[in-house]
Order: sequence, then C-alpha cells, then structure tokens
Amino acid sequence: MKATSVEPTPYALELCGLSKRFTLGGKMFSKKRALYAVSDVSLRVPRGQVMGLVGESGCGKSTLAKMLLGLTPPSEGDVLIQGKSITHSDQKTLARHVQPIFQDPYSSLNPRRRIGDIIALPLRLHTTLSSQERSQRVTAMLDLVGLPKRATQQYPGQLSGGQRQRVAIARALIMRPDLVICDEPTSALDVSVQAQILNLLLDLKEEFGLTYLFISHDLAVVEHLVDRLAVMYLGRIVEEGSREQIFAAPKHPYTQALLASALTPDPSLDIPDLGLGSVQPDPSRPPAGCAFHPRCPQSSPECRERRPSLPPVDLHGTGRVACHFA
Amino acid sequence: MPDSTTPLATRTSPRLRSPFASLSARLPRHRTLLLGITITGLLVLIALLAPWLAPHDPYAQSTANRMIPPVWHAAGSWEHMLGTDRLGRDYLSRLLYGARISLFIGLLAAFISGLIGTTLGVLAGYFGGRVDAVVSYILTTRLALPVVLVALALASLTGGSLIMVTLLLGLLLWDRFTVVARSATVQLRDAEYVQAAQALGASLPYILLREILPNIAPALIVVATLEVANAILLEATLSFLGMGIQPPLPSWGLMIAEGKAYMFFQPWVIAIPGAALFMLVLAINLLGDGLRDISAPGGRDE
Ligand SMILES: Nc1ncnc2c1ncn2[C@@H]1O[C@H](COP(=O)(O)OP(=O)(O)OP(=O)(O)O)[C@@H](O)[C@H]1O
Ligand SMILES: [Mg+2]
Repeated sequence: MKATSVEPTPYALELCGLSKRFTLGGKMFSKKRALYAVSDVSLRVPRGQVMGLVGESGCGKSTLAKMLLGLTPPSEGDVLIQGKSITHSDQKTLARHVQPIFQDPYSSLNPRRRIGDIIALPLRLHTTLSSQERSQRVTAMLDLVGLPKRATQQYPGQLSGGQRQRVAIARALIMRPDLVICDEPTSALDVSVQAQILNLLLDLKEEFGLTYLFISHDLAVVEHLVDRLAVMYLGRIVEEGSREQIFAAPKHPYTQALLASALTPDPSLDIPDLGLGSVQPDPSRPPAGCAFHPRCPQSSPECRERRPSLPPVDLHGTGRVACHFA
Repeated sequence: MPDSTTPLATRTSPRLRSPFASLSARLPRHRTLLLGITITGLLVLIALLAPWLAPHDPYAQSTANRMIPPVWHAAGSWEHMLGTDRLGRDYLSRLLYGARISLFIGLLAAFISGLIGTTLGVLAGYFGGRVDAVVSYILTTRLALPVVLVALALASLTGGSLIMVTLLLGLLLWDRFTVVARSATVQLRDAEYVQAAQALGASLPYILLREILPNIAPALIVVATLEVANAILLEATLSFLGMGIQPPLPSWGLMIAEGKAYMFFQPWVIAIPGAALFMLVLAINLLGDGLRDISAPGGRDE
C-alpha cells in the first residue's frame, strides 16, 4: 500500500475542468485558429473501478489520455491522481502512479529491443535492483500476462499482436501503478484475441487492485468491462453514469445512437455507423449551442442557441447528462 | 485460442525474424553489395598493411630512377611494378600509402559530419517548432554554400594539412545526415513506444539515444557510406587543386596533380591513381546502395 496522503481520497483519478487547446495554422497563408480537442471535462473515477470513455474517432479521447499521462500539459483545468495534482509532480513520480496501454501493439514496442529489456525498463528507471533481480521480476511478470520465459530473448517482430499487447501490459504493470490508461487496447487486435486481452486486463485488475480508464470507440467492447461510462462528443462529456444507467436507460440522444449501432454490429465497419447522417463534426468549428444539434433527431431552436451544461460531479455518482430534453 | 496456445514464432518464418537475422538472411543474395563489401574490405586491408606490402619507402627519392614506366611497358621493370614518379619515388608504394590517407580522411570526415548532422537532425525532428526552424535555417545556409569553393577558400586560409582538410570536410558534409535524421525522427517522435518511454519518466538523452537513434541508425549508416565516398573525392579534388594534402604525402589527388604535366606522354602517371580512386569510390557507393536496399523495410532483396 502506498501512503499517498493523510486522508486518502476515494478517487484514483479526478479531472477538474480539463481542457486542451491546439493552435492550428498560423503558417504563411492560413490564419491561426484554436481547436479545443478536450473542453471542460470533469470526471471522477473511484479507486478500483473501471471507467469507460467512449466516443467517435477524433472526439479527443487520446488527447485526454495524454494529459493524464503527463505527455502533454492541459491548457486549462487540473488532473488529480490519488488526490494529488499532476501539475506539481515530475514525470517520474507520475509514472509510478499512472501507466498507459496503447492501441497499436505494433508501434508500442521498440522493434530493436528484446522483450526482456522492454519490460525491465521501468525497473531500470525507477529501482536500484540488480540485473538478476530485475530478470526475476520480469519473468514473474511475463508469467502473469501469460507469456513463456523464453520470450525475454525475443524481439517484438517475432511475436503476434496479442502477444505484443501482453508485453505492453507487463511493461505497464511491473511497477504496480494505481491507475492504468487503456487507450483502445484491443481495437487493433483480431476479434478472437480481443476477448483474451480483455479478460487478462480484468484478472490483473483484481490481482493488483488497479483502477482503469478504458478508452474505446465501441460500446460493445466496454459493456462487460466497465463500472461507469462517460460518453464524449467533440471534446465534451455529454453523458456519464453507471453501466446499468447508461446501458439500460441512455438519456442523451448521442448515447442512444451509439447504443443502437452497437446492438446491430456491422463487422465490416471499424467505427459504428450511427445512422445520424453524414454531418462530419469539425472540432475546430464546433456548432453553436449544443455541439450535437446538427445530427440530433430531436434538436430544437433552444439546442441551436444554448449549450446544455453537464451537472457537476456529486458524491453519490448520480448519472449526469448534458441535454435540454433529459 | 490462437494467441496464447500457438508457440512463439518459429525460426523458419521469414517475417518474424529478429532484425539482425533478417538482414543477414538477405545479405548473401545481394550481389552488388557483396562486391562493394569485398572491394572496400580489400582496400581497407591494403591501407592497414601498407607498410608491409609496399616494396619501397614511398618518400625515398632517386634522381637516377625518375619516370620509370610500369612493368607492362617495354622500359618497365619488376623493381618498380607501377613505375616511379618525377622524383624517382616508387609509384606502387605511394599508391598503397595513399589508400591510408583517402580512407582516413573519408572515415573521419564522415564521422564528424555524422555527429554534427545527426545531432541537428534528431533535435529538429524531435522538438519541432522553434528548434526545427533554427536547424532548417542553418541547413539552408549550409546548402547555399558551394562546398568545393568554400573548402578551397578555407583551406587556403588554414593551409592544407591532413587534419585541417579532414575537419573542413567534416564541417561541410553534414547536410544529408541532418535531412535524413530529421525526417526519420519526425516519424518516430509520436511512435507509441516513444510515448511509453516518456510516460515512464525516461530522460531526454535516454529517449533520443536509446529509443530513437537505434531505429534511425540504418538510414544514417547508408548516408555515412555515401559521405565517406564523397569526402574521399573532395579531398582528391582539393589536393589536385593544390589546397588539400601537401607534398610529400602520397594523396591520390595529389599524385594526379603532380602527374598532370606528363599526362600526354606518360598517361599512366595519372591513370593509376585515378583508377585507384575510381575503384574505392565505386566500391563504397556499391556498399552504401546495397545497405540501403537490404535495410529498407520489405527491401528489394532479389
Ligand atoms: N498535436 C495536435 N495538434 C493539433 N490538433 C491535434 C493534435 N492532436 C490531436 N489533435 C486534434 O484533436 C482532436 C482529437 O484527437 P484525438 O487523437 O484525441 O482523438 P481520438 O478520440 O483519440 O480519436 P481516435 O478514436 O481516432 O483515436 C482531433 O481533431 C485531432 O485532429
Ligand atoms: Mg485515439
């Protein structure tokens, strides 16, 4: 157990009004424009739970993940991990609390490193263990993720996608972080392998008492995994609640559309067809009012003028939705 | 359950070999690369063994034996297989020692320029933004300079010694390293394994030297071989123009320059060092092209 603070918060992760602004253009011929990849996101993830984060491609999920990992600074707002603001801790301290598992197992491992060295890197950076102790820990970790000992001598190119993802999981967990950010950890894998990796993640969560932020664009993937779910649209959270609330009675029209498309899966499409028309949202030119109104089946004049706000997080974890009709 | 139950890749599957193994598997099938390696290796060996191979002292003059033609001429003799120059020095010995100078300058100049160019390119590619703008500015400035003219001018200021010429070339030939290192780094900067190292709190030198550099090294090695050839040719040019290696050192370019007065009646005086230079540069270029072919992903290996 880590002694993090005198009065430990029940939350592994808290986001307070988190925003990320990118500046586009500003080169010779184009005017500068601001793009809010993430706008005013507030969330709380209780310790030991899995929080799902779903939304279409480009809605800002990975940008949010990068801020939590300390890879890019927030433009506004703050991130608290185990009750401590990450703006005041250096990357190495942060690394011991939060680790990523990325989407593409073909680019998340350095092709010129042996698996053993890849998994031992966190130990090298954060501990003073001897190389023998390190290799013991690596072997133990390999065993936990279901890889044989001889994998240590192999290169990433010699492993399958699922095996690589197991290596990435081993690297993320070997220092026993509190929080793991899974950014679409299975979307690059074969369907048959996906379930294995998801089960492995759940087993390891129990084993190590982890908290997950599980990012996906596919509601079907997160359904059996998450305790709570947040739905993101153009950088904002539009609905958040427990799994039961969201899957049984989705309130936001966007969530309803996502859910409807997840129920009739079309395996040929990577991203579910939402049946919402072909209005492609441009994050650098978000619509006025409710950002979803151009695609919303029930939009009213009010939706075009006034953006519905998301209620603040409360202590009971009541469901929240940002819609004038909810 | 194809994932956990299938054995880890077997050695027979070509796609799943370790990086080194797949390279060495492609090597024997690449003829021109083998030729390049063989000739370059031979010339390196000759350069290293010059003191033992050379039949005479390359600096020993002999007024009685001036301008003896090579052995295949009627007036030639086995005593001086490739003849003698206008000061009576054994041409074969000078040629062998000249290989040392060419290779020394080529390798050291390429090393220096590789160090400069790679540093600039990796920093520009990794940080982008302002750093990139500054490096681009330096690069454009460098590209606007005509190498031969600048080298000539500087060599005439500093005087042409072996070290000076090497340094000059090293300071002038880094541009291709920068271009290649920069674009390769830009591609890797956002790779997830680099992000994973960043998220682990790895230091900047660690990320640049251990995560990025090994992955751009194949491209840089190709550039390096081509720059070795380039530096060797430039040294010969400078020496030929009298601003490079100074007599009595046996640089091939200098040998050509010293022979040019005799070129019409004794063409071998320039043909021999010229042929040596041509061979060396060709061999290194074959080597570099071959390396590029086999190190390219899914490279042309037939
Ligand atoms: N460095 C950057 N500079 C400018 N814009 C960026 C940058 N990174 C991301 N964006 C923009 O921010 C928006 C959100 O991107 P992000 O990668 O977070 O989406 P995502 O939800 O993870 O999508 P996906 O499901 O495809 O991974 C996109 O419109 C993207 O173009
Ligand atoms: Mg993403």
